[in-house]
Amino acid sequence: MLKRLLLAGAAGALMTAAAQAQTPVKIGVLNDRSGVYADISGEGSVVAARMAVEDFKAAEKGLKVEIVSADHQNKPDVGASLARQWYDRDGVDVILDVPTSSVALAISQVTREKNKAFVNSGAGTADLTGAQCSPNTVHWTYDTVALANGTGGAMVKRGGNTWFFLTADYAFGQALQRDTTAVVTKNGGKVVGSVKTPFPTADFSSFLLQAQGSGAKVIGLANAGGDTINAIKQAAEFGITEGGQAIAGLLVFSSDVHSLTPKVAQGLVLTEPFYWDLNDATRAFSDRFAKTFNGKKPTAVQAGVYGGVIHYLKAVEALKSAKDGGQVIAKMKELPTDDPLFGKGTIRPDGRKIHDMYLFEVKKPGESKDPWDLYKTLATIPGNEAFRPMSEGGCPLVGKS
Amino acid sequence: MTMIFGVPMQALFGQLLLGLINGSFYAILSLGLAIIFGLLNIINFTHGAQYMMGAFVAWMLLNYAGIGYWWALLLAPLAVGLFGVIMERLLIARLYKLDHLYGLLLTFGLALIIQGLFRNEYGVSGLPYAIPSELSGGQRLPFMFLPNYRGWVVVASLVVCLATWLVIEKTKLGAYLRAATENPTLVQAFGVNVPLLLTLTYGFGVALAAFAGVLAAPVYSVNPNMGADIIIVVFAVVVIGGMGSILGSIITGFTLGLIEGLTKVFYPEASSTVIFVIMVLVLLVKPAGLFGRTA
Repeated sequence: MLKRLLLAGAAGALMTAAAQAQTPVKIGVLNDRSGVYADISGEGSVVAARMAVEDFKAAEKGLKVEIVSADHQNKPDVGASLARQWYDRDGVDVILDVPTSSVALAISQVTREKNKAFVNSGAGTADLTGAQCSPNTVHWTYDTVALANGTGGAMVKRGGNTWFFLTADYAFGQALQRDTTAVVTKNGGKVVGSVKTPFPTADFSSFLLQAQGSGAKVIGLANAGGDTINAIKQAAEFGITEGGQAIAGLLVFSSDVHSLTPKVAQGLVLTEPFYWDLNDATRAFSDRFAKTFNGKKPTAVQAGVYGGVIHYLKAVEALKSAKDGGQVIAKMKELPTDDPLFGKGTIRPDGRKIHDMYLFEVKKPGESKDPWDLYKTLATIPGNEAFRPMSEGGCPLVGKS
Repeated sequence: MTMIFGVPMQALFGQLLLGLINGSFYAILSLGLAIIFGLLNIINFTHGAQYMMGAFVAWMLLNYAGIGYWWALLLAPLAVGLFGVIMERLLIARLYKLDHLYGLLLTFGLALIIQGLFRNEYGVSGLPYAIPSELSGGQRLPFMFLPNYRGWVVVASLVVCLATWLVIEKTKLGAYLRAATENPTLVQAFGVNVPLLLTLTYGFGVALAAFAGVLAAPVYSVNPNMGADIIIVVFAVVVIGGMGSILGSIITGFTLGLIEGLTKVFYPEASSTVIFVIMVLVLLVKPAGLFGRTA
């Protein structure tokens, strides 16, 4: 199913009458539009990209922006061939979003080969700015190390010093367990057991019972999407949290919690770089977003696409051309970032975007006033503590000093 | 504490009970498939989508009409069953004289279309559906905490399975049905309306899937792909039990739930494949399945 939608370009159309020379920019939003990650990225990311082009006032600044989108079906081969087609035939200058770590790593490689630009928002793997970093890639929103640092560190500090993992039995789950284990042990905690669950799993009750039997204070969910939702739903059913054990969701998005409802997910501790109700700017953006997108609030991944497009356009404006992707990415690293959703930040030489992360707790049903009123903020984790130090990532772009 | 293979006895009991609960879903779903295959000779690949529709109709009844769980348990199977009847009249009825493959392709295609439509409308994260207040909470058994709702699932599925089996094996209507499968022409000659019988049978099989969907709504994520994940396992259950064997599918459903439960304790990584391993072994030894008649 090769679904390509031709969108936007509205900003460019407005300015066709203007006589000034315009810099053409073609943005490709590549993500999951029908599978498990369609709600965290999907069409919402395209809406966010379109809003970024409007808010940047691209047309007034001499940029003629066009947005295209496609479904990579969470398959690296599908994603890579779409990317080649976009770069070679359709004149796409930059690819955004790309959830699913394996697809993201493939796109990063193709982008480097073609000297285009890649601004990732949806994928988790910290390898994008570690061993497999690239001069053509920026990793915007979050990564596995930041999630582990946030949730893992916080749970241990709150007294959760013994852990049991329910780990999705594939690369992503195992990486997340590995990174979190490192954080837990560094903070003086201990992992007492883990169970590898087949991916995907509908019924977690058996694994939850094993976790319950282990007596661990924290049950860490090293999984994502439907697996996480099922595990949390059934943990509530089996009275896990009432029994004094805490659940730590290592990768949870607001759309997951919205689907679970606060009644089921209450007390869950999680780490995210963005939540629609953080401040006036995020609220204003999210209200506009919801108006054009069926009343849904943006997820962190969709917010990351917005921030990424704004900063990318800023770099293109400075260079007056989008053709040399490596140059644009270098310019992005040089300019300080500043957008309404993530505030002021920087992009490191290894491609890692640095901003604060937040530790949230899901509200109790009594505290939540409407279906999207989900989190209260426990702590703000400053950007320089949240992400892995550049020296430990093993990125070949960064010379060892 | 007594240990069995390094696992405490009590934990083992808990896991067996959970296996039985999962077996309940397998049993109802495979029963519906077995009835449809036994009487209509149609391999109903839409079964998973119809199970998903049952859960969604329950959600819609609650959110659009304010109708709660208990009525949904009755109304959702009726609504989805009616959808099945229409499907049978319009499409499936045209395929009875053709090879199995055509029915398989038709129902598989329909399943993809139905799932796609629901995905477009409701997204993939799933919808919330709460456990009815009468069944919330649970019992603290000596070996585990059993949520009341899970207990109800086992009871409800046993009752429905046994009732279905009794109707087919012990009543006059059931006798007509079985006769119509053996020799439709002869039964029609006796004045029985065979096409109507087949339509109603399909509707009933579909209603069973929807019933399982409503049972599943409070415990699993209600999302458009929920049926696609479970249907493959259920097909394996039907193959192991023997295509078309009513009692076989019920017994196999519960038994495989138990075996899967044990695998989750001893070697969790294999718990999603153990049923297929058993399927291969059974097919090698008894190609018609454990309870199947050899053709």
